[in-house]
Amino acid sequence: MSRFRIPVGFAVLACAVAVAPFLVSNYHTYQLAFVGLYLVALVGLDILTGFTGQISLGHGAFMGIGAYTTTILVVDHGWRDLWTIPLAGVVAGVIGLAFGLPATRFAGPYLALATFAIPLSFIGIVKRFPSFTGGNVGKNLPQLHSEFGWHVNPSIWFYVVCWVVALVMFPVAYLIVRGRFGRALRAVRDSEIAATANGVSTAAVKTAAFGISAFYCGIAGSLYAIGITYVNPDTFPIDLSILLLVGIVLGGAGSLYGMVFGALFVEFIRISWGPGILDLVSKAHHLDTHAPGSGLVVYGVVLLLVLYIAPAGAAGLVRQLLAIVSRLRSKKDTSLSDPSLV
Amino acid sequence: MQQFFQQLVSGLADGAIFGSLALALVLIYKATEVINFAQGEMAMFTTYISWSLITHHGFSFWEAFFATLLIAFVGGVLLQRTLIRPLERASVLTTVMATIALLVIFNGLAAWIWSPQLQFFPSPFPTTSWVIGGVHISKQDLGTFGVTIGCVFVLWLFFRFTKLGLAMRAGALNPAAARLLGVRTSWLLALGWGFAAALGAVSGMMVAPTVFLTPNMMQAVLIYAFAAAVLGGLESPIGAVVGGLALGVMLNMLGTYVHPVTSELRLPVALGVLLVVLLIKPAGLFGRVVVRRV
Repeated sequence: MSRFRIPVGFAVLACAVAVAPFLVSNYHTYQLAFVGLYLVALVGLDILTGFTGQISLGHGAFMGIGAYTTTILVVDHGWRDLWTIPLAGVVAGVIGLAFGLPATRFAGPYLALATFAIPLSFIGIVKRFPSFTGGNVGKNLPQLHSEFGWHVNPSIWFYVVCWVVALVMFPVAYLIVRGRFGRALRAVRDSEIAATANGVSTAAVKTAAFGISAFYCGIAGSLYAIGITYVNPDTFPIDLSILLLVGIVLGGAGSLYGMVFGALFVEFIRISWGPGILDLVSKAHHLDTHAPGSGLVVYGVVLLLVLYIAPAGAAGLVRQLLAIVSRLRSKKDTSLSDPSLV
Repeated sequence: MQQFFQQLVSGLADGAIFGSLALALVLIYKATEVINFAQGEMAMFTTYISWSLITHHGFSFWEAFFATLLIAFVGGVLLQRTLIRPLERASVLTTVMATIALLVIFNGLAAWIWSPQLQFFPSPFPTTSWVIGGVHISKQDLGTFGVTIGCVFVLWLFFRFTKLGLAMRAGALNPAAARLLGVRTSWLLALGWGFAAALGAVSGMMVAPTVFLTPNMMQAVLIYAFAAAVLGGLESPIGAVVGGLALGVMLNMLGTYVHPVTSELRLPVALGVLLVVLLIKPAGLFGRVVVRRV
C-alpha cells in the first residue's frame, strides 16, 4: 500500500485538477489557476525550507523577478508569453544561485534575516530603473486569451496553463528530493556537522537548493504576471514572501503533497477565508473588520494557532490519519518508503 | 570638502541608529539564542503607543518615553511567557515562524488601530543646528546619537557587571549547566525579550521623527541594522556599533558622490555590503572565526 501511495496520490491530484473546472464557475476556475501557480512556488520553497532546513523570507521577490522577465520580454520584445515561462525560471534561478552563494554561509535564522532584505531591495531596484521596468507604474501585459486554435474562456485557458506547469514541476521536485541529492539536502537540514563529516559539501548543497527554489518561484511569478496581466513594484511586497513561508508551514514543511493544502490556503486566505473569519468576529464584537491590516492579523493568528496545534501542518495531520487507518487495516504492512516524502 | 564633512556627520547620525538596533540584535542573540523577527515590528508598535500617549493623552515626550519603555519591557516579557515559551522544545523553523507570525500580527494591528497613514512623530530635540566650520550639526542628530549610545552603554554595563547579566550570558552559553547551577534560564529568556523590546522601543522613538511613523517604518531599519551587524562581525558588540556607523557613512557618501546610487538603491547597497562581507570576510571586521566541534 505504501509503495503505491505516491503515484496514487499524484493520480488523485491530477484527476481532481482535470475535473475541477467542470464543477465550478469561471471565476473560481481563475482562482484555482492561482492555486496551481502557488503550488509551483511552494514546492520550490519547500525544497529549500522543508527539505534543506533553510528559511527564506525573500522568495516573493524571485516570483517578482520571474514576472518582470516575462513582462519585459512580452511587452518590449514581442515574445509569446508561454515561451517566456521557462526563461523566467532560469533568470530567477541564476539570480537565486548568485545570492545563495554567499548567503548560505549563514546558519539558521541569520539566512532568513538576510533574505528579508531581498523583497525590499527588489522593490528599490525596480523603482530605480523605470526605463527598463516601468518604475512605479509598472507594465501591462496583453489580455489573457486561449491559443493553439483553442476557443475557451480565458480563465479556463489560464487554469490549463498553470496546472500543466504545476503537474510537470511537481514530479520533478519529487525526483529532486528522492535520490542521492535529496538525502544530502535532508542531511544538511538534520545536522550540518554530520553531513560534512559524511562528505556532503553543505555550502554547495544549500546554494543548489536556493537556486532550485528560486527557479520554481520564477516560473510561478511568470504565470502570475500572465494571469493578472500587469506588474508593478507593489505586486510583490514582502507580505507575499511571508505568505509563501506561511503556506509551507500550514501545508507541512518537508512534505510535497502538503503543499497542495498550503497553496489552497495562500490563495483563499486573502480573498475569501480571511474576510469570512473577520465577518464572524465583527458580528460578535462590533469591530470594524474591513479596516486595513485586519487581514494580516487574521492570518498571523491562524499561523500561530497552527504552530501550536499542528506544527507538522496539514501533511502531518493527514499522515497521522493514514497511520491510524493502516494500523486498523493490517499489521503486516512494513513500510519501506520514506515517510518524509509523502 | 564642506560637503564631505556634512555627509560624514549625517552618516554618523544615521549610523548610530543602525548601530543601536544592530547591537540589540547581537546582544539579544548572544543572551537568548533566538532571533526575533518581530523585533522591528515590536519597536514600531511601541512607538505608536508612545505617539498615542503624546498626542491623545497629554503626556510630554519624556514621560511618554519612559512609560513606553516600561510598557515595552513588560510586553516583551509577557509575549515570551505566553506565546514563545510553549515552543521552547520546538524546531528552529517553528520558533522562527512564531516570531514571523508576531511580525505579521503587529504590523496588521498597527494599521488596524492607528491606520496605515503616515503620522508625524514629535522630536524631543530642537530642530536647530550648530554650525562648525560650515558644517551643520543638527541637535536632533546629536540627541539621537546620545540617547541610543547611552542606552546601549547601560545595557552593556548590565550584561558585563551585574549578577543577573552574568546569569543571562551563562544561560545562553550553556543552558543545561546554568540550570544545574540554579539559574532559572526560562525566566532569563523572558527578561531577554523584555530588554530587546525596550531597546527596540528606544530605536523606534528615535528613528520615528525622521522617517515618520508608519506600520512599515522599521523594516528597512532592521535590514540596515542586520547589514551593520554582519559588517562588524555578528558576535561582536563593538563591531555592531562600528559597523552601523560605517554603514551610515558609506550610504551617505555613495548617495552624494556616486550618481547612479539614488535613495531607492540604499537598501540594495546595504544588501550588497552584506553579501560582499560574507564572501570576502565572513567573520566581519571584529568577529572571531568560530570553530565548530562535534
